[in-house]
Amino acid sequence: MTRIGLIRLAVIVAAIGALELACRIGLINHQTIIPPSDMAAALWTLIGSGAIDADIARTLGMITLVIALSIVVGFAAGIVIHALPRLRAALDPFFATYYAVPVFIFYPVLIAIFGLSVMPIVLIGVATAIVAMIISTLNGLDRVPRVLSKVGRVHRLSRIKTALTLQLPAAAPYLFTGVKLSVSYAFIAVIAAEFILSPAGLGRDIADAYADFNNRRMYALILFLLIIATIVNAALHALDMRFAARRSGGRP
Amino acid sequence: MTAARRLSDTFALVLIMIAAWQVLHQIAGSTALPAPLPTLSYLVHNVATERFLTNAAATLLAFSFALLIAYALGIGIGVWMGAHRLSGAVGEPILVALYSLPKIVLYPVVLLIFGLGISGKVAFGALHGTLPVALLTMGAIRAIPPAYLRTARALQLTPWQTIATVLLPAALPEVFTGLRIGFTVTLLGVLLGEMFASKAGLGSMIMTDMSLAQSEDMVTVAIILFAFAALANGILLWIEHRLHRRV
Repeated sequence: MTRIGLIRLAVIVAAIGALELACRIGLINHQTIIPPSDMAAALWTLIGSGAIDADIARTLGMITLVIALSIVVGFAAGIVIHALPRLRAALDPFFATYYAVPVFIFYPVLIAIFGLSVMPIVLIGVATAIVAMIISTLNGLDRVPRVLSKVGRVHRLSRIKTALTLQLPAAAPYLFTGVKLSVSYAFIAVIAAEFILSPAGLGRDIADAYADFNNRRMYALILFLLIIATIVNAALHALDMRFAARRSGGRP
Repeated sequence: MTAARRLSDTFALVLIMIAAWQVLHQIAGSTALPAPLPTLSYLVHNVATERFLTNAAATLLAFSFALLIAYALGIGIGVWMGAHRLSGAVGEPILVALYSLPKIVLYPVVLLIFGLGISGKVAFGALHGTLPVALLTMGAIRAIPPAYLRTARALQLTPWQTIATVLLPAALPEVFTGLRIGFTVTLLGVLLGEMFASKAGLGSMIMTDMSLAQSEDMVTVAIILFAFAALANGILLWIEHRLHRRV
């Protein structure tokens, strides 16, 4: 590990250690924050007990569904919009403001329309995540060099083969940015929706534990979600690095 | 000509969306989703009510405080990590990791620390806004040409003078991008906070409307928030483009 990596690790360990110490000597009240070691212990027992298995499956399943829908439909919509310049020009103002307005505020409206079920959560998740994928697809297609379609013609490739073997790889970095953004928006939207109002799920569990003053359970669940989100983000970051390394021909 | 056509195309899209809203209304029924026209007339009536004005004032107050804190902290952290190489190298991945976490799960913690009143909302909004401002400020400071810094050293400016007269003016356009994104994210944070646990503000008003099946109220609040955010973003974008052109 590099020197900077070591310092970073030391900073993180020191921060957690300081929190642990402040909780242990009573500087921070146990009703406010429990010591990090207790959070980890509580999470260990909670997972061991199997009590949250159903909620884990539900929440992670929903996030996966939202990600899959956003990527597939967003990519397809991006291709269609890219092929229709007039539609794209008309849509531009919407894309420019989409992430500036709090779309999430429509979640209660969706509940009023569809009832308290899976539907509003999936819809608000897709609504939040899909536009990032559409915008990234458009960006990616814009950056495909025109010469590639000529190369395809020179080699007498079919249109589909040109798209798959030449144009798709050229657009890939931008598409991957879209995937990363969609994943992170899907996490935020699904968990926020569950947290605010939902029949079940990890977000709902946290809200319930908070309402019951069950701090051990609440911090265990929060820790769990933070760990999952960190693992997913780290995995995407590592993939990103590998793609970048491959593009630069193995040079870092 | 093309600009006019683009504008009319965008307008046509808006009409299509309103038509889709009407269709959805026919399917879902009035109690779930009111029709566009009655909603519009209701909007005019709703804005003037005391209930809306009190809640809007509560949200605006919390949002202003949250924004101030997010900007001050974000610029402070960004300048520090941008100017001090080691801190930046150590801190940037930590900030990026924190930025991509779903911060909503930390809201109960914020509530336990700051309480249910306005300070909880403010803290949660600031928690959202600080990180993008810090990250973009840091990037902006790092992108400053080293010659500027050598000039500052040659002129024997104090560190404070260097920040105020060299670093910030040079970094302003990019820092402003951070402020614009911080604006958006802080607003979302404050509204999420209000939706989960608050007795005042537009976020809590929407939740109350939902439980009382007051869908006209709910939709109008959402539309007003949309309009506010879109307008603010438009103004900030305009300033940002001007700043970028000046440099």
